[in-house]
Amino acid sequence: MTESTEKMTGARAFIECLYREGVDTIFGYPGGVLLPIYDELYDADIRHILVRHEQAAVHGAEGYARATGKTGVCLATSGPGATNLVTGIANAYMDSIPMVVFTGQVPSNLLGNDAFQEANITGITMPITKHNYLVQDANDLPRIIKEAFHIASTGRQGPVLIDLPKDITVQEIDFYYPDKVNLRGYKPTYQGNLQQIKKAASEIGKSKNPVIYAGGGIISSEASKELREFAEKINAPVTTTLTGMGGFPVEHPLFLGMPGMHGTKYANYAIQESDLLIAVGVRFDDRVTGKLKAFASNAKIIHIDIDPAEISKNVKVDIPIVGDAKWILQKLLKYASPSQSEAWIKRIDNWKKDHPLYYVEPATGNGIKPQYIIEQISEACKDAIIVTEVGQHQMWAAQYFRFSKPRTFITSGGLGTMGYGFPAAIGAKIARPDKTVFDIAGDGSFQMNSQELATAVQENVPVIVAIFNNGYLGMVRQWQELFHNKRYSSTCIQNSVDFVKLAEAYGALGLRATKREEVRPAIEEAIASGRPTVIDFIIECEENVSPMVPAGAAINEIMDLERKE
Amino acid sequence: MRHTLAVLVENKYGVLSRVAGMFSRRGYNIDSLTVGVTEDPTISRMTIVVMGDDDVLEQVMKQLNKLIDVIRVTDLKSEESVDRELALIKVNSEVTNRPEIMQIANIFRARIIDVGSKSMIIEVTGDEGKITAIEQLLKPFGIKEMVRTGKVALRRGQKNS
Repeated sequence: MTESTEKMTGARAFIECLYREGVDTIFGYPGGVLLPIYDELYDADIRHILVRHEQAAVHGAEGYARATGKTGVCLATSGPGATNLVTGIANAYMDSIPMVVFTGQVPSNLLGNDAFQEANITGITMPITKHNYLVQDANDLPRIIKEAFHIASTGRQGPVLIDLPKDITVQEIDFYYPDKVNLRGYKPTYQGNLQQIKKAASEIGKSKNPVIYAGGGIISSEASKELREFAEKINAPVTTTLTGMGGFPVEHPLFLGMPGMHGTKYANYAIQESDLLIAVGVRFDDRVTGKLKAFASNAKIIHIDIDPAEISKNVKVDIPIVGDAKWILQKLLKYASPSQSEAWIKRIDNWKKDHPLYYVEPATGNGIKPQYIIEQISEACKDAIIVTEVGQHQMWAAQYFRFSKPRTFITSGGLGTMGYGFPAAIGAKIARPDKTVFDIAGDGSFQMNSQELATAVQENVPVIVAIFNNGYLGMVRQWQELFHNKRYSSTCIQNSVDFVKLAEAYGALGLRATKREEVRPAIEEAIASGRPTVIDFIIECEENVSPMVPAGAAINEIMDLERKE
Repeated sequence: MRHTLAVLVENKYGVLSRVAGMFSRRGYNIDSLTVGVTEDPTISRMTIVVMGDDDVLEQVMKQLNKLIDVIRVTDLKSEESVDRELALIKVNSEVTNRPEIMQIANIFRARIIDVGSKSMIIEVTGDEGKITAIEQLLKPFGIKEMVRTGKVALRRGQKNS
């Protein structure tokens, strides 16, 4: 069949292309213009996950991609189906996750006529895709799909969208799947410049206060083993960003935790006092750097990244190395000698002792401490995949879960999409049925896509949603408390829904824990049930994420928001 | 500072919109942009004049290179390249001042391409300074309408942009 010239329709060709790309699962929602494709999917050897809202299809595909490293695939109809994907596409673009997104489109002869369910999705998604296509001739479809998977999964990964007018799906073509792509404008660099690498190696040897600042690039390039070997060899502490979490074991003595706004004090102090910052697969996001001028101002900066446009975008870099993190770390392992960091490591260990992450149990016993719940999940299920929504619970998860492996923390980093976690958790669980998958959620975020309980139950995907229920849109409330005199404008959502009953209404298991001693049994029961489960944890309602760097401050100006014992 | 970029792109629908969109979304200012097909019909060439310091120029070039349909970006430094612009200027003219206007046109090696009872159209080609100069000289007569193509440029000597 690969040897060309079998006659088939565009819809059939679509399926054949997915087979050749090794796609086993797609997340989607049908619609008028997709009927020919759904007719082919009916007997295709591809699992189709029917979501309840297209946003869940795109987040589901992203969860699948992040849990496996494979390219996620989703499908939605024209017009509203396509526009419902927009948030998820932007999310994948910000976090550089490989995805191929298919949308139906009105027939070519109606394009531009404001036809029923027409939306110019290629125009809308131009700034939030790595590339996109409007298919104009079904004969181009196999080449376009081949290119899309190639573009999505190579270089700096990201989402690619393919818009399929209905007539393309019924047009008959001679099917031929190319085995190579030919894109003269797209040649990502994998091998870093050796001279730059040697220059970096020599700086490392001279350095007394080195810090490795590693991000999502470590996960995408599967470089966590190399990162660990490199850190151990040069004896430098490692801080991983939110999207880099899991890229370095939390329990490793060189680990500093997360940097930035809700990072650890010692990670921030270490960056500020470092003389050499080795940035790998990061983009100097404002949530990490705080006040840019004051960020690592005494350090020389080595920046390793596959995207040349990230070099010196936010922070001036002394030694840029463009290429694949794994390849470059392997070379650095060869050329770099240990840094002179003995005194530095001692200083950092003292910071760790003097300024640990901490929380204080309430004397009254009212409300569970959220940090305690994360610790209990971590203890009960060390190898779980932790997916999160966005807000306070997300930060607690990043601070308190003891991650040990890559691809076990899946979170919306760049875009900060509430409602992301639950559908992404469903995608992750489908990709890794052997793993226990938690969605760490807030009572606000969960309600943005709670309809997906129906998907989880119908498809029998036993994810566990742990709702950190404080009756507030907690992160915004925290900022209102700190910066707006506790004027809780539109952030109180107390007693608006019974999550146990909601879970039961969908046929899922609903549990509730209101006291500390009920936490662990609820977790154990959820894991043992093997069913989609919602646990409603009633937490301290005005608990803050601590420590915190106020927006615009330098990252060493980090303050405790938790009371002292 | 102004920079002139030669940008070779795939000759496909939507490419102009990708390039223009990148500029607007990242907040870079385009002074002028021209586009046309090259000796290879699958490739179009854009000449983009952009304002900004060296850091901005570096980011613009990198962001352009990130677009899949962009094949090559070259910074055309003025000492290594030649550039031209074409302008059509419709200027008020009566029978009495026609000779004076034609004299100005001659000095600038411009051409009169239309003459009406109340106006004439002058076509002038040259670098930016020349076009600005003739515009200044024609202003006293009253410029009714004017159109400029924006700059096109090529590197001197070897073919590498």
